[in-house]
This record gives sequence, structure tokens and C-alpha cells, in this order.
Amino acid sequence: MPKLKKRALLLLVVLAMLPASLYGCTGGTEPTPPGASESGSQPSAAQTGELPPNGNSVTVGIAQDLDDLDPQLAKTAGIREVLFNIFEGLVKASPDGSVIPAVASDYELSKDGTTYTFTLREGVTFHNGNPVTAEDVVYSLERCAGSENEGTPLVSAFSNVSSIQAPDGGHVVITLAQPSLEFLNALTAPIIPKDSGPTIAKELVGTGPFRFVSYAPQDSLVMEKYDGYWNQDKAARLDKVTFKIIADTNALVIGLKGETLDMVIHLPNTLEAEVKDQFTVYQDTMKLVQALYLNNAVKPFDNELVRQAMYYAIDVEAVIDFVCDGAGVATGTSMYPANEKYFLPGLAENYAQDVDKAKELLAQAGYPDGFSMKITVPSNYKQHVDTGLVLAEQLKAVGITAEVEQVEWSAWVSDVYRGRQYEATVSGIAADDMTAREMLVRYMTEDRKNFIAFSDPEYDEVLAKALSSIDGEEQTALYQRAEEILNERAASLWLQDMCDLVVMNPALDGFTFYSTYVLDMSTIGYR
Amino acid sequence: MKKRSWYLTLGGILTACMLAFTVTGLFWTPYVPSAMDKAARGIGPTPAHPFGCDSMGRDVLSRTLEGAGSTLTIALAVLAVGAVCGLVIGALCGYYGGMADALVMRLCDAVAAFPSVLLALVVLALTGPGKYNVIGALGVLFIPSFARLVRGEFLKYRDRDFVQAAKLMGVPDPRIIFVHILPNLWPTLLSGLTIGFNNAVLAEASMSYLGIGVNAAEPSLGYLLKDGQGVLFTLPWCAVFPGLAAILLILGVSLLGEGIRERMGGTAL
Repeated sequence: MPKLKKRALLLLVVLAMLPASLYGCTGGTEPTPPGASESGSQPSAAQTGELPPNGNSVTVGIAQDLDDLDPQLAKTAGIREVLFNIFEGLVKASPDGSVIPAVASDYELSKDGTTYTFTLREGVTFHNGNPVTAEDVVYSLERCAGSENEGTPLVSAFSNVSSIQAPDGGHVVITLAQPSLEFLNALTAPIIPKDSGPTIAKELVGTGPFRFVSYAPQDSLVMEKYDGYWNQDKAARLDKVTFKIIADTNALVIGLKGETLDMVIHLPNTLEAEVKDQFTVYQDTMKLVQALYLNNAVKPFDNELVRQAMYYAIDVEAVIDFVCDGAGVATGTSMYPANEKYFLPGLAENYAQDVDKAKELLAQAGYPDGFSMKITVPSNYKQHVDTGLVLAEQLKAVGITAEVEQVEWSAWVSDVYRGRQYEATVSGIAADDMTAREMLVRYMTEDRKNFIAFSDPEYDEVLAKALSSIDGEEQTALYQRAEEILNERAASLWLQDMCDLVVMNPALDGFTFYSTYVLDMSTIGYR
Repeated sequence: MKKRSWYLTLGGILTACMLAFTVTGLFWTPYVPSAMDKAARGIGPTPAHPFGCDSMGRDVLSRTLEGAGSTLTIALAVLAVGAVCGLVIGALCGYYGGMADALVMRLCDAVAAFPSVLLALVVLALTGPGKYNVIGALGVLFIPSFARLVRGEFLKYRDRDFVQAAKLMGVPDPRIIFVHILPNLWPTLLSGLTIGFNNAVLAEASMSYLGIGVNAAEPSLGYLLKDGQGVLFTLPWCAVFPGLAAILLILGVSLLGEGIRERMGGTAL
């Protein structure tokens, strides 16, 4: 029965997808105001300072549907980067990766490192007009710590919180069970109105520069400028932003060329040439780790020799060349280079392609003739699909036959990422903030995000030590040791931090890359 | 004096060429279709790669050959399923008539009332993508049109004198259906088959184009079109050649069907 239900759901999804798939043929199903189609072909109009006919608004094409909008849960990076514009925590991320005060104007850390005292900023209001009170903050943080989730923290770093109190209306005191150098980063967790937990995923009331207007599943999310934003110097430049969900990369390109989209984020390099004459292209890395993630719980990937053999069999540089036109950076472990403090550049060289060695290891593991496997990839990310195809070609050399199966994003999240029903998958894992924690804790044996089911006693021990360390240098060294273990054990085939292309209408400016996986729409506007 | 049929000649030549092209692809391609060559990424048509290479350095000629083979196999299989089942159902309904006939034909009407590609998409959403699922889904959807065609013809023949005579002589029904009546249907059936073939090619291509047909591992022409669509302006050959192959194949078979109909005097579907 549950299977049937799931199928029926998939059916609905497919029917809902039809218009999106046909998007490419019709150039959009929305009625366009007369003259809109000509406007884009005359960028000169925009350059002279006139606004386009659709007003001070922008439509951004994104490849991933936003299936669960609970801001504190925000399961996937694609959801977090959109919600970044609507919600703020006590602190928020800045482009260089540090955290800056947001809902709180200031904070103090006690000498023993366990008590944070936040001073709330005056004049911060929610999008419903109500001022943010200490009660709202306490409620939000307690919800992150699991008050509405049977005690399981929504934000894992909050498992270390022992109490959250508001001694007066202007301050909030957070006490930790054990000192943590990284906890401040977890306080980017969104502040929401008191008792809004059950409805927050639908109403999305936050304090950010944009306020939520509407969301149509599989279609779009609309947000508008919030006039009451506390920081008028950094108020949104645009009046309205529409995130248009188009799960087919080719259709994104056609949306750009047909000028129904003003901006597309995370465009694959293979399609850059198609749009670069007409649009401004910004290039950086994605601040994530793309890998061929292997389910360590299933045969033959439970065998370390097999995983290492596969790592030797593939050529990571070739993957980077094919998929990112050489602009990605090999990582060799679960850490991306922008996180300079923790990144170990040398690890990527440990598994230089060596087909003979790979065959030898496979023979040792009992698979002299290779085996067959299935690589499940999310079809809305062309980069991951292409990577899967390149890897399948490379694995042929050692006798491994890999079938690349494309699944829809929602099926990927439910079956692969959460259900762990897969053999291997290509995807990217990003972090919320600049801590090493986010990228590494997830591979501890018991962690609920450990979707590759990696289990290594030494790793668990090293990370447990790192988490409770209050000596910055020692902690960094421990985290780096953990990265080495992931590489030595070939927990998965770590590939690269991919090239990130953001394509924007030349009449727009103000785009900034962050050193985390975040999209800041507030700085973007018409020239 | 019979006029020379240009349709038949042109259609025959075109179909023969495309069939030769496709069948070659089943056994031989100049490169391994999925092999990627870093140096050849995005190059246009050259003597070494007559159809150019795609953005991953895969030879478009090899991929078109493989894709045409895949498309042809699927179309023929769909046609086989649809035509054989449709023929049997149509023959029995037309010959015996009665309540069962009315029921079955209403059922066929119901299936035919849906746009076939949409219905196939629904089926594939339930079964998942893949070559055999595509064949199954489309095959079933092609049954009603054949059943209707065959039934109409059987209604025409079942009261003819030669059938009555056979009945009086005690010839068993199956023999009357398949040996006495069926051969008279060839002209109609042939043009029906050619049109059905074209519809099957188009249906498979549209489904793969919509991303719910075959897997990336066994690309068909529709899949290649979808793949090439994103780079239509920079690497046009990625979509143009597979598209051209599909067009020529369909055009050839259409002309051939039209020619056959003209010559044998059958009726169009």
C-alpha cells in the first residue's frame, strides 16, 4: 500500500512537471504583458536608467524544488540559499564567511566559553509588523533545540545547549553543556515569531530584507522587499523577486534566451557558451563537495579495498575538465577550499589515477572481474548527471559496469538522501556556515545525516575530541585528521568543489559570492 | 495503364537509406557512443567526426546511429504489440459482433479518447523509465487504432458470399478469420502499419524529449534532441543531426505508406 501511495504521488509530480517540461517549447506559460518580449532585446533601455516594463523585479531560475520550507529545518542547501533572504538569526553570514550581528546587536562570551549573552537590537520587526522580543528569540532557539520535535534538535549543534533564558526584555542568555568554539555559527538559525512553529513553513515570517509572498510547489516562490527592514543601509534594492523552479537545465537556458528569466544560479559550464554573449556571467566555486557518494552499508561498497580501487580507477581531473571546464578544485575529502582554515590541499593527490593498482585491489577484494553497480543521480542537476556519465565511462576500464539512473529531485531526497536506498550517487554536500563541523560531523557512525553509512571508530573518536576542544589549533588539527581518515578509508570518492556560474541580465548589478552556499538577493538591483 | 508512383519510389529509397543507416548503427559505430574525448569537446563537423562532437566530446554520428537504432527498435516493438493485439481483438470483434464486441470497442474508444503520449507518461510515472516500459506503455495505447481498423474491415467482409460459402462447407471459424478474410485486409493494414510506425517513432521521441522515456545509457533520438536543446545555438549539430534522422525516417515511411495505399487502393486510417 505505501508503495502504491508513493507511486500515486510520483504520478502527481509528473503531471505537475508537464507544464515545466513544455516550458521550453512555449517559452513560458505565464501571460506576458505586451511589450515585455521586446524589452529584453533592447538592453539599452535599461542602461539608460529606465526600469523594464515588469517593474523593479527579477525572476531567478532555480533547478531545485523547495519541498519543505521550515526555515529552521531547511534540509537542503537549495532551500537554505533561498530562505537566506527572508530569515535572519541572532547573527548572519557575511560574504567573507565570518558572522556579523543581525537580530542581536552585540554579544558577550563568558570566560569559560559556555555562556553567551546576546543584546537584542532595537527596532527589529517581523514581516507581520510585530517587534522582535526576547520571548520570540527564546522560543525560536528552543525550537531549534527540539522543543517541538520530541527533543531531537532541528539544528544539530543545538544538542550542546543546556538552557536558553531571557533575564530581561533586551537580553538572551544561552548556556552550553560544554564549551564550543563554533557554536556562534549555529546562531545563524532563523528567528521566528513566538508560537509560529506549526505554521512557519507556510507563512514564512522572518526579519530579513525580503518578505515572503507566495509559494506554488514545483513552480515558483515569490518574495517582496520588506520596507520595515531594520538595516535601511542594506535594504533590498529590488521590489520583487520570483524564484522560478525549472527542473530541467536546458529549459533554464531557454528561459534565459527567451528572456523570461533574468538570472540563473548554478548553471553548468557546458552551457556557458550559450548565454555568455547576452548575459553577465559570474564565476566562483560552489562551496560544496561533489562526490560519488557510496553507500558503505551495501555490498560491495562495505569493503574498503573496493572503494579504494574505485578511487584509483577514476580520474578526478578529467571529471573536472569535462563537467566544469577545468574550473573546479579537487578536494580529496569532505571539505571545500574556501574554508581555508581546515582545507588540506594535498589529499586530492593521494589517489592519482592508476588502473593497474585499481585492478589489483579489486582482485584482493574478491572482484577480479569487476561488478555491476547503479549510480543514482538527481536529474535536475545536469552537472551531477554528466559527472555520473563520465565516472561510468572511467570505471569501465577496471571492469565495473555502472548504470546511471536519473531520478527526480524529490525522489532523490526521499530515497537516497533520507531513505539510504541506493548504491552510489553523485551529488554535492554544502555547509550552512564556515565551521568544519557541518562538513564532518555527518560522517560519524550515529549521525542522522550520515547517508553514506560510514562507520569508523577512529573517526568517531577524533571528531568527538574535536567537537569538545576549546583550543583552536588543536581543534583544527583534529578536524584535519578526520579529513585524512575520510580520504584514507575512501569513505566515498571525493571529487571536487565545483565551478559555480551565476548568469545575470546585464542591466543588473550588485551580485556577490559568499564563501558559503548562500544567495544574497538584497544587493542586486538595476543599474 | 498505371501511373508511376513517385511516392513509392521516393519513399522506398528514403526508407531503405534510413534503414541501412539504422541497422548499421546496431552493429557498428565509428566510435563508442558513450566514450568521451577531452580534446574533441564541442568541435564542429570534421572529417574525423562528420556530425561533430557534443560538449562532452562524444561523437554525434555514433550517438545518432545508436539513437536511431534504439528508436527504431522501440517503434517496431510498439508496432508489433499494438498491431498483433489490435488485429486479434479487431478480428474477433468484427467477426462475431454482439455484446462483447460493443463492450470491447467502447473500452477502446475510452483509451483512444486520451492523448496517447499523456497516457503513456502516466503509465511510465507508475512503472519508472526504461526501454521496455516505454514499449509496453506505448504498445497498449496503439491497440485501439488497429482494433478499430481491423474490425471495420471484418464487418465489411463477414457477410460476403465467399465467407458464407466457407461457413456452409464447415470451415472452422479461426480458419475463416485468418485464411479467408485476413488476406483481403493487406492494403489497409499496410498503410495502417506505416502510419502507426510513424506515430510510434514520434511518440517515443516526444516521451524521451520530455525526460521520461529511455535512460541516458541507451539514448534514443528523442533523448539526443533533449540533450542538444540546451546548446542549440552554440553546438547546433548536437540536435540537428538526430532531428534530421528522425525527420527522414518518418518522411520516408510516410511516403512509402502513401505509395502503397495509392497502388493497392486501400483506405487511409
